[in-house]
Amino acid sequence: MAEKTSVSVAIVGSGGAGVLTTGAMLLEAACKAGWNGLMTRSVGPQIRGGEAAALVRLATQPVECLADNVDLLVGIDWVSAQRFEGEIALAPGSIVISDPSAGPPPPVLAPAGTRIIELPLAQLTKANPTWRANMIALGAAARLLGLDDEALRQIIKLHFEAKGAGVVNASVEATRAGGDSVAAVAGAFRLAPPQSANGKRWLITGNEATGLGAVRGGVRFAAAYPITPASEILEWLAPNLPKVGGTLVQAEDELASINMIIGASYGGVPSITATSGPGLSLMIEARGLATAAEIPIVVVDVMRGGPSTGIPTKSEQTDLNIAVYGLHGEAPHLVIAPQSVTDCLLSTQWATFLAEMLQAPAIVLSDQALGQTQVAVSRPADISFIGKRLCATEIAAPYKRYALGGSGVSPMAIPGTRGGQYTADGLTHTERGIPTSGAREHGAQLDKRCDKIERYDYGALWATLEGDGEIAVMTWGSLTGVAREAIARARADGIAVRLIAPRLLLPTRPVEMAAALHGVKRLLVVEQSHSAQFHRFLRAHYTLPQETSVLYRPGPLPIRPSEIYRQLTRGESL
Amino acid sequence: MSATAPLACKPGDYKSETKPIWCPGCGDYHVLMSLTRAMATLGLPPEQIAVISGIGCSSRIPAYTSCYGFHGVHGRSLPLAAGLKIVRPDLAVIVASGDGDGYSIGGNHFLHACRRNVDLTYLVMDNHIYGMTKGQPSPTTEPDFDTALTPGGSGVRPFNPLVIALASGANFVARAYSGNPLETANLIVEAVRHPGFSFIEILSPCVTYRPDQRAWKDLVHSAPVEATDDAARAARRLMTDDGFNLGVLFRGNRAPYRPATDAAPCDQIELEKGFEI
Repeated sequence: MAEKTSVSVAIVGSGGAGVLTTGAMLLEAACKAGWNGLMTRSVGPQIRGGEAAALVRLATQPVECLADNVDLLVGIDWVSAQRFEGEIALAPGSIVISDPSAGPPPPVLAPAGTRIIELPLAQLTKANPTWRANMIALGAAARLLGLDDEALRQIIKLHFEAKGAGVVNASVEATRAGGDSVAAVAGAFRLAPPQSANGKRWLITGNEATGLGAVRGGVRFAAAYPITPASEILEWLAPNLPKVGGTLVQAEDELASINMIIGASYGGVPSITATSGPGLSLMIEARGLATAAEIPIVVVDVMRGGPSTGIPTKSEQTDLNIAVYGLHGEAPHLVIAPQSVTDCLLSTQWATFLAEMLQAPAIVLSDQALGQTQVAVSRPADISFIGKRLCATEIAAPYKRYALGGSGVSPMAIPGTRGGQYTADGLTHTERGIPTSGAREHGAQLDKRCDKIERYDYGALWATLEGDGEIAVMTWGSLTGVAREAIARARADGIAVRLIAPRLLLPTRPVEMAAALHGVKRLLVVEQSHSAQFHRFLRAHYTLPQETSVLYRPGPLPIRPSEIYRQLTRGESL
Repeated sequence: MSATAPLACKPGDYKSETKPIWCPGCGDYHVLMSLTRAMATLGLPPEQIAVISGIGCSSRIPAYTSCYGFHGVHGRSLPLAAGLKIVRPDLAVIVASGDGDGYSIGGNHFLHACRRNVDLTYLVMDNHIYGMTKGQPSPTTEPDFDTALTPGGSGVRPFNPLVIALASGANFVARAYSGNPLETANLIVEAVRHPGFSFIEILSPCVTYRPDQRAWKDLVHSAPVEATDDAARAARRLMTDDGFNLGVLFRGNRAPYRPATDAAPCDQIELEKGFEI
């Protein structure tokens, strides 16, 4: 059988059955053996007993998104697995591993004619009470992929060493037994040898990368209110910030968390909070305060299905409107959207840098598909964005905190600085920060806050621009990698397609966008929303080619590379 | 402070040139006087003090001082102040609020500020009315007080901020009356010096919407008993209190909030080790 360059595995089962652990261990073992890959989770809302799926893709090259289809579906059990209809679609030639005592897999996942390999999980665990069903399933999946037993053993040791040698040995035996049970199809999806990876290898999730990006950018204070799917950012920062001299505080609600970071940043310490849609909604008023009082803060929104509580555990790109427009009054601010799991690091670091440089709030618009996806990658390169706030040190009386002129960024006195005392204020104020309702001062300060953001040189990071030709795909956030994969297929067919993915959503960059779109005759906009928010945003701020079409749908069903590819290769009309 | 720095120790040194927007006769003028007197007594340089507020008449006070100030959004002064104090323990952080800002829209933060016990001083200028929005009932307004928004009265039981503060874990609870500025100043000095979250409810009449509060000067009196550090005893007293007992009512000894810190910070490159395979 030909070796594959990319294999996709879905492991499903009830929550608490160890599905996510199994997926993570499979990814780790493959990563240890040198392959690239990622794992995305799809879970129901229940803490225990709901349905869970670990979607693992392993590849010889780095990958940024799930593939269209699943090659290997492993059912630890099939309870509620029909809820993954559409999310898990089998590829031609796929194999399903199923315990006969758990009944047949749901037809919506495995239609008639699907090749099913029986794995007697219940029977094996009954005969060997120390074996866990998920470890047996892990061994079976690993054997089909041709994964080295030694890599698997090392990962088992890493995970279970603290539980004692008995657990490690039982798990090793269970995986071996699982592998032996599927000997008939061993190597059915054998991966080609990994390309040699240079340097250190990392396993990291988007939420962890976001936390690391904040620390690299200089953040030393975080305020936290838990929310799915953003909590992992805060839980990564909680033990790690103190290691570098910083602090995390749990707040009583999101209103408190954003006000805490405004207070800490006013005190001179770069600060962050992370939330999801409901929290971002609560933070709107204080984001306006940070704009008016010119306090740098970073707010990460890991988007999930909305509105209201929506689908907390699954992804959508529908907080764009609220991030861009969701403020009363005129409140220029920054909105930055990471484009991959590792780009969460760069984008958050850049957002911190920009917030500090421009004394303005920055929103990082991540999503569940990035935040809770774990990737195996080479260590991301260091970038040199360490924000340096313009502070007032030598102060001549009277100090003008909000002085006009220059770039619009005025020196900020940090409490403790003699002669710099001022009152930061959300009221319209004079250059000295004194409240006023005068039209002239109002206009002058609005201009100041707008100009400092509009005139800044954001350089090449404002967007990802790849390829050339008269056809372009415009997308953002987690769909960037999906579009890139679709474009690569189209290019392989001889169709030249550009990728345009703005990382900087606000402020808009009309000049740069016009240059990026120069020569584009047909444009395909791709986004994960019900009302085409991104397309409406683009139309409001940019001139798009006359022939523009939109591929859009709400979450949680991710847009696949093949859907974009089909649009690109459909012929004359997109 | 360096030896060459002149000590700012006159109340006038803590006043800014900004003219207050308050109505003539407002109790808040006296609170400002007490606050600047307290600052002078404390002898802290103005740049080492931050006065944080929300929205309302009383929340205008930061700009009337010569200290660092933050006039934030309605009801959120306490979390903003907590963020500041946690990263800047070197500063004296005083939070100013009113009964609408602090007890209604900011009520949840009040509970958690008491619980968290960050070393802050919280001054609530209570006039039992929303003054800036022209006379609507606040959480401390009497249920039969007639307003345009609640004709015939709100019918809602008033809130007892001192009991709430005590039950929630405030480390210092006192009541003051703006018309006794010297006594109020002394209470503020003690509150700032007391570790943890210190709360002073300051009865500060609104002469415009509550002219009846002119009678407060005859109703207030010193608390008949000494302050206690026994929360149960303080609670019993406060539950039967007539609302006009002045002075320190509870002086706790709970350790203030200390954020988790690492004794020997490492280089941030160390954090990356957790991701290596």
